[in-house]
Amino acid sequence: MQTEQWLYIGVFLVLAPLLPAAAILIPRLIAPRKPNKIKQDTYECGMETVGETWIQFRVQYYIFALVFLIFDVELVFLYPWAVAFDVLPMFAVLEGVLFVAILIAGLVYAWRKGALEWR
Amino acid sequence: MSDPVTIIANWLEGLLLGWGLSPLLATIILNAIGILVMAALLLVLDIFLVWVERKVVARFQDRLGPNRLGPYGLIQPIADVIKLLIKEDITPRGADRLVYNLAPILTLATVLLLWAVIPIMPNVVGTDLNVGILYLVAVGAIATLAIIMAGWSSNNKYALLGAFRTVAQMISYEVPMVIALLIPVLLARSMGVSDIVYSQEVWYILVAPAAALIFLISSIAEIGRAPFDLVEAESEIVAGFHIEYTGMKFGLFYAGELLHALTIGALFAALFLGGWSGPGVQAVPVLGVFYLLIKAFFIYWVIMWIKYSLPRIRIDHMLNFNWKFLTPLALVLLLATAIADKALEGSTTVVYILVMLGLNIVLVLGALALARGYASKERQRVGEPKPVARPPQPTVIEQS
Amino acid sequence: MTPVQILFILVAAVTLGAALMVVNARNLVHAALWLIVSFGGVAVFYAMLNAGFLAVAQVVIYIGAIAILMIFAIMMTRNVAGDSSPRFNSSQIIGLVLALALFAGLVWMTLSWSGATTTPMPLDSRADPISQLGSALVSPDGYVLAFELASILLLGALVGALMIAWDRK
Repeated sequence: MQTEQWLYIGVFLVLAPLLPAAAILIPRLIAPRKPNKIKQDTYECGMETVGETWIQFRVQYYIFALVFLIFDVELVFLYPWAVAFDVLPMFAVLEGVLFVAILIAGLVYAWRKGALEWR
Repeated sequence: MSDPVTIIANWLEGLLLGWGLSPLLATIILNAIGILVMAALLLVLDIFLVWVERKVVARFQDRLGPNRLGPYGLIQPIADVIKLLIKEDITPRGADRLVYNLAPILTLATVLLLWAVIPIMPNVVGTDLNVGILYLVAVGAIATLAIIMAGWSSNNKYALLGAFRTVAQMISYEVPMVIALLIPVLLARSMGVSDIVYSQEVWYILVAPAAALIFLISSIAEIGRAPFDLVEAESEIVAGFHIEYTGMKFGLFYAGELLHALTIGALFAALFLGGWSGPGVQAVPVLGVFYLLIKAFFIYWVIMWIKYSLPRIRIDHMLNFNWKFLTPLALVLLLATAIADKALEGSTTVVYILVMLGLNIVLVLGALALARGYASKERQRVGEPKPVARPPQPTVIEQS
Repeated sequence: MTPVQILFILVAAVTLGAALMVVNARNLVHAALWLIVSFGGVAVFYAMLNAGFLAVAQVVIYIGAIAILMIFAIMMTRNVAGDSSPRFNSSQIIGLVLALALFAGLVWMTLSWSGATTTPMPLDSRADPISQLGSALVSPDGYVLAFELASILLLGALVGALMIAWDRK
């Protein structure tokens, strides 16, 4: 039963990129191809590009990814808890609530610390 | 009770097994046929969506929209596709070719993959995965990756900036979205999308309207549509992560965005509007497809309505709105729903719905009141006279 | 060989090959992308073992969050993408020996554990495994302590990471 489901997902994973790939391959056959130096230039609204593309990003992006990672891990844990809700006593529900409350404490800490400000 | 899809599938399976194929091979071939038919239909629908989009935006802006090619301009999207197909494909210098070509393919493929678990009519679903909801989140994660790949491999500063903005927005809004998705899971006691549809005797939009709203908002942010289209702000970073893509490769990003919006509609319908359910669907299962599409297109229209009505928001507002409003609200909502659901065990359906509805309304109104207080303070702060730089005054020589 | 075995060998080859490319790629972003392929291979293993929840959790957490975090971290550095320094140095022999010793130790440990050679009891197929997992996570005779400790641990991780990365003068 479960194996069949994952077989379906597996077949889908193999087939899903094929149609978009075909859409990219057709222009290869019928579209003109006359590359030249100017045409292949990096597009910057007509300005010539200066320096390297590799620019140093601010730490802010990293912080948001970090907070996201923590939340993501915690929330994935909560899904089985929600699925088992029927058989859980009130006590077990409150354990889940405590779990989320600790999560909220983390959010409040990041907020107070100013890590959620975009500067 | 039987529907055409099941009949055809059973007939094909019998035919394949009759040819002496092993059951495993027969299943794989059957799956592949089903997937290809569904994907092809979705892509045809996608081409049609271009027309819907242009026609609706025209009406919002008091125009007619495409009306020359065919009745109501219906052939216009086909002309668009032909144009995209015969347009020269330019790869910028210094691009990372493999990654550059893989990104648009992945973008559209992930949208197609979402349909694997969306039930389209009673008993007909790609596969009823028992971790369906998390599967949707996982596929969304791959879509995020495709955008990083596109932005990084283009060898363009604007593309890289756009990709980073997009990814920051997508991962930020994934948090309230995952919490909002948890609420229907909690109500249905299952992660399978089919189970969630079946368990909706009363549509979940009545039991969890706030979760539905949060899901809709964060989904709009996820696909980067206005007002969350700062990721492709023309005045700042030209077009964002797909700036260097031309022809069909750009077309795939565009098609992916449109189909993703409709997929969000279908998901919203399945999770909060009862999916394929509607009058007479048990007798004639095919009606389910129409009900699902009607609901999905309604949500699609709402997304367009929002897109063409609201201005673009700034990046700091976008992040503040997510982390300081949506996420705390969603977390509190989750706690309140969990406790109330357990406390109301054994009460009648009417009481259950009324209490849940009331709880949602109170929480949303409370959150809005807090936000309004903050907004008025913020307005005062911004409105205060700022110190202005003045040129040094020439010293006046005193005359005696 | 059964089809499952063939699939296992194929996926294992891709996973290991991708892992090799991670350490072999000169471009840091390429290394991160290969790492994602490797993570995906592990997710396929989970799916093949019918551990659906672990498979999607692997994709959501490792590909969706950790890989993104890594790419952001790479982007914060100043142009180290085109690293042209030699890939081997004088301690390669010692490294190889240490790696082999570690691998041999792990194999020995796994083989000496009785669980590795006995077939475990099949799960009750009627009950939903995810529901069982969920109630085990919060039941007092299950993993409730680990469950709550995980939350504390993640809170600690968040606080610590912010202390280090978000040092505002």
